[in-house]
Amino acid sequence: MKRIIVVVERVNGELNETAFELLTAARGFEDAAASAALMGESVSDAASELTRWFENVHVYDDPSLAQPDGDYQSRVLKPLIEREKPFAVLIPHTNTGMELAPMLAVRADAPLIADAISIEAVGQEIRSVRTVYSGKVQARVSADPTENGAIVSVRPGAFAVPEAPPEAGGSVHAESIPEDVAPRRQFVETVTPDPSAVDISQAEVLVAVGRGIEDEENLELVHALAEAMGAEVACTRPVVDKKWLEKSRQVGTSGVTVKPRVYLALGISGSFQHLGGIKGDPFIAAINTDSAAPIFGVADVGIVGNILELVPLLEEKIRARG
Amino acid sequence: MEIIVCVKRVPNLSETEIEVDRDGRSLIDDDLEYDVNEWDNFAIEAAVQLKEAHGARVTAVTIGEEDAEDVLRRALAMGADEGLHLMDTTFDGSDAWGIATALHRAIADRPHDLVLAGAISSDEARGHVGGMLAAMLDIPMVALATDLSVDGATATVRHEVEGGLERVTRVDLPALVTVQTGLNEPRYVSIRGIRKVSGMEIPVKTAADLGLDASTVGARAARVKLEEIFLPPKGEGAEMLDGDEESVVAALVDRLQREGGL
Repeated sequence: MKRIIVVVERVNGELNETAFELLTAARGFEDAAASAALMGESVSDAASELTRWFENVHVYDDPSLAQPDGDYQSRVLKPLIEREKPFAVLIPHTNTGMELAPMLAVRADAPLIADAISIEAVGQEIRSVRTVYSGKVQARVSADPTENGAIVSVRPGAFAVPEAPPEAGGSVHAESIPEDVAPRRQFVETVTPDPSAVDISQAEVLVAVGRGIEDEENLELVHALAEAMGAEVACTRPVVDKKWLEKSRQVGTSGVTVKPRVYLALGISGSFQHLGGIKGDPFIAAINTDSAAPIFGVADVGIVGNILELVPLLEEKIRARG
Repeated sequence: MEIIVCVKRVPNLSETEIEVDRDGRSLIDDDLEYDVNEWDNFAIEAAVQLKEAHGARVTAVTIGEEDAEDVLRRALAMGADEGLHLMDTTFDGSDAWGIATALHRAIADRPHDLVLAGAISSDEARGHVGGMLAAMLDIPMVALATDLSVDGATATVRHEVEGGLERVTRVDLPALVTVQTGLNEPRYVSIRGIRKVSGMEIPVKTAADLGLDASTVGARAARVKLEEIFLPPKGEGAEMLDGDEESVVAALVDRLQREGGL
């Protein structure tokens, strides 16, 4: 029997989908028993929900865990790993996961596979595929679990959520925080988004622009096209980093999640962080100069070309329809 | 204040045809251009801005072959005071653990109030070296900083959390912070700027200097083995519209209209 521990994350008080995605990943191991590890404050409801899915739910319920803090979480979980000796610990490759996974790996002396999009056990070895070089290349990696197993940080969205809970009838184990462990970070505040900011999350048609726009001045072309289409303008992270467009227009895992009907991607390479913000399987059309850009792997139609030349032409043809 | 910035030289692949080398584990790099990892560039700028505001000594450290010195020179041109180059064939093929081990050995014995690193590198894209290094140094860390200030012995960090939100967290130094892009506006580095620091000596340390060998760093010691790299399966992919500009744009308008995009 392979013990698999899934670290469950909560976002804004709700169980994150990754908890169930990682359960799917855990079930991919033959002869596996999946436990959940849940940390937070007043999480009894979340814990009982998890018992419908997991055989065991290890719960750390404490005010000190109210805010995600990967450094603290890694020191809280270390004794659990040493006690349970799992074959694998699955951690979502999210912002907090990027703190927790590497710190837990070092503290538990377990190898760590990063940002896996597939996981399988071959004998006593764990094998994963992950993406490297800006998503243009994939790598097959392997790790041998140590006494405390192996840790795999799993890309959100890489596994599907199981359709219905199996009514696992799992049991809750109240765990206590080790005595000598205390937070070393102090939470100050959550930054409140500007209420006057544009909301692209409900837009039906989005014209999204990426690095290929090259210069701030060229954004005029995109605004004009969006106006002609009756669409909202969205963008990728680099455009926001350069302060050319507001953060509220950024689509992606670190920005806004959108679910439009049509998504026109202009000069966007298609990083998984960006694509992670596009839900609901929209019609995607992409224009990019690089024929190997990952965006063409997910788009419905694509054009290899320069947006600076094609966008004005596109606007003209759309307006000419009358 | 002593600030250490971890930097890496990475290939710039944005408009490049990529081919996997015959060893199945690396890219053919004849035509590749290299640059400082984008995230690291923001980290260097953050360090130099803290130095300008409060006074600090900034040391940029990298692991890599001879050419990796370029990114250290670049950091010096931006205002870092010192470079430290960890160079040894023994490091070749290290996984994140090996890299963090070498950085840990290089940093642990020197003063370090604030350790900065890019949140992720565009090549390996693990995002784990910073966290491993922090755990090895046994100092707290905050990932994905979008704002950073220091007041006395306390850093205040705005950082990205799940759900597209940001939080503000305070942490006592020493601490490690990984930096997200957009944290600042990295200054321009001119050729003249690089030339100015060309005479500065950059100390080199080998694995042996750090008390490391092939049992702790490098490909054989890697806990995560790289089996092979390959170009992603094409899948169905997009239907590519071909032809002259007029006809591809006309075809695109048709498709957008049909899908309700106009």
